[in-house]
Amino acid sequence: MSQPPPFTLHVSEDTESDNQELSPDNEGALHTSFRQLIQEQSSLAEAGTELELQERGRGHPAHLAPPDASASAWLEPGQGEQHPGDSTTLRILASMPSRTIGRSRGAIISQYYNRTARLRRRSSRPSLQQLSRAARPSLRQYDLETDPARATLEDKRSLLAKELLSLSPSQRSHMLLSVPLSLAEKRALRRELNEQRSPLGLRAHHAAAPSPCGWSKDYIALGCRHLWYRLLALLPAAQPWHYALKQIGGRFGSSVLSYFLFLKTLLMFNVFSFLILLVFVVALQAAYPPAKANQQSFTGFELLTGAGYFTHSLLYYGYYGNITLNDPSASSLSGSVAAPAAPPLPYNMPLAYLFTVGVSFFATCILLVYSMYHSFGESYRVGSSAGDLAIKVFCAWDFKVIQRRSVKLQCENICTQLKELLAERRSRSCPLSLCQRLGRVAVLLLAWVLSLSTVLGCVVAVHYFSEHMHAVQQEHRALAGSSWQREGILLVLPLTVSLLNTLMPHLYNLLATWERQDSPEVEVYMAICRNLLLKMVVLGLLCYQWLSRRVICSDEECWETCVGQDLYRFMVMDFVFTLLDTIFGELVWRLISEKRLKSKQRPEFDIARNVLELIYGQTLTWLGVLFAPLLPAVQVLKLLLLFYIKKTSLMQNCQAPSKPWQASRMRTVFITLLCFPSFLGAAVFISYTIWSVKPSETCGPFQGLETIYKSVNVWAKLLEKSSPNITWLTWLHQYLVENTFFLFFLSGVLLAVTYFNIQVVRGQQRIICLLKEQIANEGEDKIFLIHKLHSICKQKERCA
Amino acid sequence: MAAAVTCEAEAAPGGMGGAGSLLPREALREYQELTFLSKQEILLAYKRFSELLPKEQRENACSLRVPKSRILTLPELRANPFQHRICRVFSTSEEGDDSMSFEDFLDMLSVFSDSATSDIKSHYAFRIFDFDDDGTLDRKDLEKLVNCLTGQGEEASLSNAEMEQLIQNILEESDIDKDGTINLSEFQHVVSRSPDFASSFKIVL
Repeated sequence: MSQPPPFTLHVSEDTESDNQELSPDNEGALHTSFRQLIQEQSSLAEAGTELELQERGRGHPAHLAPPDASASAWLEPGQGEQHPGDSTTLRILASMPSRTIGRSRGAIISQYYNRTARLRRRSSRPSLQQLSRAARPSLRQYDLETDPARATLEDKRSLLAKELLSLSPSQRSHMLLSVPLSLAEKRALRRELNEQRSPLGLRAHHAAAPSPCGWSKDYIALGCRHLWYRLLALLPAAQPWHYALKQIGGRFGSSVLSYFLFLKTLLMFNVFSFLILLVFVVALQAAYPPAKANQQSFTGFELLTGAGYFTHSLLYYGYYGNITLNDPSASSLSGSVAAPAAPPLPYNMPLAYLFTVGVSFFATCILLVYSMYHSFGESYRVGSSAGDLAIKVFCAWDFKVIQRRSVKLQCENICTQLKELLAERRSRSCPLSLCQRLGRVAVLLLAWVLSLSTVLGCVVAVHYFSEHMHAVQQEHRALAGSSWQREGILLVLPLTVSLLNTLMPHLYNLLATWERQDSPEVEVYMAICRNLLLKMVVLGLLCYQWLSRRVICSDEECWETCVGQDLYRFMVMDFVFTLLDTIFGELVWRLISEKRLKSKQRPEFDIARNVLELIYGQTLTWLGVLFAPLLPAVQVLKLLLLFYIKKTSLMQNCQAPSKPWQASRMRTVFITLLCFPSFLGAAVFISYTIWSVKPSETCGPFQGLETIYKSVNVWAKLLEKSSPNITWLTWLHQYLVENTFFLFFLSGVLLAVTYFNIQVVRGQQRIICLLKEQIANEGEDKIFLIHKLHSICKQKERCA
Repeated sequence: MAAAVTCEAEAAPGGMGGAGSLLPREALREYQELTFLSKQEILLAYKRFSELLPKEQRENACSLRVPKSRILTLPELRANPFQHRICRVFSTSEEGDDSMSFEDFLDMLSVFSDSATSDIKSHYAFRIFDFDDDGTLDRKDLEKLVNCLTGQGEEASLSNAEMEQLIQNILEESDIDKDGTINLSEFQHVVSRSPDFASSFKIVL
């Protein structure tokens, strides 16, 4: 039996510990010293219990030591009484439910027994006999542990198994999965379940008295889950780039990985739109080519300019006819030689075009809103603003990082971030003087004025430049110069815009470092805002120019094809400049810094800038879908190439960013930026084009109509004439789509739902505050009781 | 003797040469039900686990224990500052030498997998951070944790004053019942407020 060291009482003068109010018996002072003692002597007490356990011949003390020690303390009261006060109270303290749940198997099993019991009781009305003896579940668990007849692990296991049997199969399998026990324990539990199930199978069914629908629903759910796993097993290709992403995550961590995951998401969106357009529009038009053949021959330059051979191809709006394909009346006129075996299905091309574009936009909208909702739900936590340091320390380590050098870098980054946070805390306690605050505000204002003026300057420059290029183009057309020159002129405007888009963000980054914000996250957000503002304003100007027909074209009558070509050129130039930026920004900089400056510092991978470039490219695609149905395919190719280029450059030239990136919050920000300025702007542009702009007279699927939307009206009237039974469709069309009241109603509903959710969140925050107060009170109770226990033991010792 | 009649076996993917290690189908199904891993992941884990054993012992990889030194040669654990704690927490070895059996290995991968619940992850994270295994995180545990995070004893570590301030702040923020230590519930409460935890507490083979 170990000899606990002599017990000395340190009565400190400090009575203001932990916001303790005035309490009897100088409780505060004793409590602080008692805590110190626990620290010193808990290790000794465990050394003592270890010796005890070794005498009993049991191994692995860390797993089972304290509850068995407490059991032994109760079973052999003689030993406990020899050294009351310290060893008993310390042992009781060490075997408190809040401490044992973190490490002992028995406690975990008991906790899950309680949870299962609660779950079962929640699903049916509790009978009076089954009411628990104590209100707090943890006390009940304590009961189980100290009751010697039920202190064994096997008994607890069989209790838990019995409880589990009364659950439904899906709940049972979920419980089994989520119990934090080792696999060997779970297998033992499962064996126990199977044993208990066979003789008591029927009785368990009757005891639960479930409805037949409920059981079959669970079996269906289980069956579906098995089917889903089988399906997943059959699709190894459903996880493309799995190894590449693991490599990137292993070397650079979750923040850089979030860029590549975003790229993958965009790729999925584009593949989806492309497939819809392919099936319903492109393939059919390809099967029925128009009468006019393509006069121009293919030279390589088309890939850059999108003009030339591509002008009269499937790529652009002008190729698509406004006739009904496979029309029975038309075929009888033309007298086709090869009469089709099956009756021909007429396919109204204009309607198909309009509806396909509409459906792909609508589907993209739903997918975007869903993924925004999903990632917002994952990243937002009620009351997450407080407690930065604790969260940082507990959640900062990224276990995905496996390379030694990256691990060292991660350690350095965490150290720097912790030091910054601590410095911020220290400075918060001493606020700045008025002068310093004014200076800070002045710097901020100056930086914003500078960035806004650069945006304005860029926009004005682009405007005048495009007017100038338009004039030059007209001249060249009049002069009938060489085709190379004419094609070359087409590329100048996209080149300028892409150059501005590439250079200005670097300027904004410099501006952000000059500003020197308090928090690095705010710095990042400001840079993103400015960059985004520039891109969106320039795009807005270009949209205005396209719609007012001031487009620089190759000789072409259709303004839609012109706009489509312009968008194609912008996309290609954007890709070229991204490539150049990668080469010069990363490769050349690394070579220079290694060879000339001889430093180990590699360029950092700028996540925000790269993501905004992706968003910009995606906006161009969405703007151009109506005018060039194959643009999603171009974007798919572009994204595929971009993935491999960026990955190679990253691996060879870059290092992980040193700024703190909360990957999940960034993911939410990216998806929100994709949804709000980007997708919404494109949707507004397309809607305006469909509703109010006059399509060209001589080519495309909407020739001769007033607006593109009128084709739907024409079709509705046709439908009314041919079959007067479908009046509900016209009614729907008239009252829901054309009437604005319905839209207002929808917006009203959306606002109401948002308000409701905000109120729910506020309520939850209040509840969290109340619960915290309750827990603090319970903590004070606990400490008071420990003190009382200690004084009673001392009294006993003195009396004995 | 487990004949082919009663016990059909599944071959590990990417044939490890010649004999090929086999995992009984019953066991595979049981592991699938009791862990968060999919069939592919379990088979891959089996392959990697048997690669840690010497060639002659690879046939019955299911029942052998791999010593800690071999486990720590895995690239996923090699540079991890918490490698010793991970082995200690997941090992069910009676001798206390932190050797891992295949089931312990699966346990570890299941907790660190994509589909594990946040509850389980935070439970095991608590056990990993509890350096003295006493069921709570006290000041010493927190100090050791911060030292692991910032790189053990190198130039870029925190000074004593900063460490004190840091631990004081952590306890203020997370110790709700004010007993000077952080128990499991308080830890889970703190961690549930961070949406990044589940994605950073991940190891994929």
